[in-house]
Amino acid sequence: MSWLAILVLILVVVMVAAAIFAITRKDLIIAVIGTSVISVVLSVLFYILQAPDVALTEAAIGVALSTIIFVIAIKKTDRYEE
Amino acid sequence: MRKAVSIILLAIVGYYMFSVFLSMPFGEKRDGVGKHYLENTLKETGAVNTVTAIVVSYRGFDTLGEVTVLFLAATGLGAILFDKRGKKRRHQYASLIVRVTSNILYPLIVLLGAYVFVHGHLTPGGGFQGGAIIATGVLLMFMSYRKFEANHKALSIVESLAGLTFVTVGLGGLIYGGSFLFNFLPLGTPGDLVSAGVIPIIYIAVGFKVGAELSGVLDTMLKTIR
Amino acid sequence: MLYYIGSIALILIGIYAVLTKKNLIKIVIGLSILDSGINLLFISIGYVKNATAPIFSNDALTADKMVDPVPQALVLTAIVIGLAVTAVALALVIRLYDHHKTLNINKIRQLKW
Repeated sequence: MSWLAILVLILVVVMVAAAIFAITRKDLIIAVIGTSVISVVLSVLFYILQAPDVALTEAAIGVALSTIIFVIAIKKTDRYEE
Repeated sequence: MRKAVSIILLAIVGYYMFSVFLSMPFGEKRDGVGKHYLENTLKETGAVNTVTAIVVSYRGFDTLGEVTVLFLAATGLGAILFDKRGKKRRHQYASLIVRVTSNILYPLIVLLGAYVFVHGHLTPGGGFQGGAIIATGVLLMFMSYRKFEANHKALSIVESLAGLTFVTVGLGGLIYGGSFLFNFLPLGTPGDLVSAGVIPIIYIAVGFKVGAELSGVLDTMLKTIR
Repeated sequence: MLYYIGSIALILIGIYAVLTKKNLIKIVIGLSILDSGINLLFISIGYVKNATAPIFSNDALTADKMVDPVPQALVLTAIVIGLAVTAVALALVIRLYDHHKTLNINKIRQLKW
């Protein structure tokens, strides 16, 4: 196994673990942090798949703007589930 | 009960999706439209970045549709969160370090965003990436200063002018060339800043429009916090 | 190959969150995860082994050693539209909370107008 394959395996495992983490926590702010971890790992995976335009778009939109819109919506409503 | 049914349903869907994708080879060469685009981009459009040439020149009509969808989403958001009383934004002062640093960083971030969308046909980048970077810089200023207001009139004038530029360039292609968004300016040598016909003009218009729209969306959502 | 498994797992987790969760913001988080999974699936279909990015930056790159550029152009549009859908969905959630004072979909179903 080359080093690149091991790196991709670690990144995919971190991404799926962050997704499961994001839908099973009761504190909603921590769930949103899980979503932004998915976006960061996705941006690195897009770069490894030789797509620099898409990696730049995902890093600019998914990490900064999507997270801040979620945090504003949580601040207007309840923070904990039920 | 509901969880058990949904897990069984998802297991069936996952099994069939997985078996379809196991029979597709990963990383093989595929012939089709992509091959034609890769071989003819430099001759026909003069742009070095193939993805930019596809988004603006070969499939430019889809980009017009996407700009329309973004405009509708920003307008719909403003209509849903409309309040006749007119709320103000009220939050605490940020600390001194954040205020001084954001004064230094804000022009640099706007400059980076403008660089990314002006050089869209030479390096990876383009209008959407540059607009998102500019919106992030404006968000930094919103978070640091209490008095940084976004002038809604100026934002809507910028947005409308940028959209009008896009459609006018397309109609110019219809008049001179025979099809909407035809490349009617001279192509130049690939690799220069002023090359590739109408592609830089369209991408600069798209960059301004996306930046103004996302800043307006952020301002609308931040104003509703009491 | 590993990319296919990861993206199908993300899609299934997203659909599970939309189907079974009771809090409105968890449902919107599930929609966002579903978008990310589909975008990764598209880009990993267009990959060619030992090839490079589709930019002709110097003259030594020929057109048969590049990855497929068409899925990248489609995913560029899809990411921006995913953000727009998430923003409008969250605006609707804020409005619902103002009216019903709760975010549980069982309780919102019981309160009639």
